[in-house]
Amino acid sequence: MVNPQMVMYEEEFNQIQSVVDRLVKDANAKVVFIVDKNGQLIAASGDVDNLDTTSLASLTAGNIAATGGMAKLLKENEFATQFHEGEKANIHIQLVGNRVILVVIFDSKSSLGLVRLRVRKASEELNHIFEALLKKVSEPGADSPFAEITDEDIDNLFND
Amino acid sequence: MSFINYMAREINCKIVYYGPGLCGKTTNLQYIYERTNPEAKGKMISLATETDRTLFFDFLPLALGEIRGFKTRFHLYTVPGQVFYDASRKLILKGVDGVVFVADSQIARLEANQESLENLRTNLSEQGYSLDKIPYVVQYNKRDMPEIGTVEELRELLNPAKTPDFEGIARTGVGVFDTLKAVAKLVLTELKKGGP
Repeated sequence: MVNPQMVMYEEEFNQIQSVVDRLVKDANAKVVFIVDKNGQLIAASGDVDNLDTTSLASLTAGNIAATGGMAKLLKENEFATQFHEGEKANIHIQLVGNRVILVVIFDSKSSLGLVRLRVRKASEELNHIFEALLKKVSEPGADSPFAEITDEDIDNLFND
Repeated sequence: MSFINYMAREINCKIVYYGPGLCGKTTNLQYIYERTNPEAKGKMISLATETDRTLFFDFLPLALGEIRGFKTRFHLYTVPGQVFYDASRKLILKGVDGVVFVADSQIARLEANQESLENLRTNLSEQGYSLDKIPYVVQYNKRDMPEIGTVEELRELLNPAKTPDFEGIARTGVGVFDTLKAVAKLVLTELKKGGP
């Protein structure tokens, strides 16, 4: 299979969520979220209620993809870190283990130095968790819940 | 690459609309956006030039409903159709679960369709996918224009494998949802089989 499915289980999700929750506090951030490279939101924490995280996730992944494309043209492996500075909000984007993207949004209550420091530590933890998760997914017996759906189930989705 | 989230009980899939410049990919997404209930859709994002040509991609998240207690979410993307944006097209195809090829039915665009289809095949295979295996549907768009090829002609040129195909007038919505449903169905059927 060229394209293994990304799967998230409760155990790993809780581990990831606790890393993200902690990072919000440690980095004095407004929002922290994790996106996979295809733009799917995996976890988020902080002041997310007024934020369109789905759109942000997709744009972040597009951004990382475009930067990765530039890196390739320059014969670089990857540009793993990006930082965008705004008037009020800043955004720090970090590629973790070439697999997922860790995004930190912060304002003047924090600083780039603090964010970078905390992101580095969180990245290591996240890398371990995702490595374990991928191993679990590739183990036999990890059946898709969709293996048992019927054609009828699929048809029902479109009967409106 | 679909994403199954047991925690949120969600399944996320990525569908890409491909085709030559000005064939109506963005128009397809715009129509879907306009005709979908607010609770079933997110914001539509268009990264376009000042003249409204797609520069990087359009993005529209859609919720289709539940299957066996799992919410099914589809992320629809378009690629920029213009030939020189090939590097961007490749990026958008990453992790794709299903492809819609939007063809321009106008006779003057026949060659552009073929070129774009060939480009799709190449870009997919660079990532280890095959157009013959991936969930894939074709839409013959712009059926309301003068000087268009017949569906038989277009099918012979663009869809010899006879994957599901539809006539479309994306501007007014003809064929738009039929196309979307067909590709979504193929994607879910593929998931049932256990992935691409």
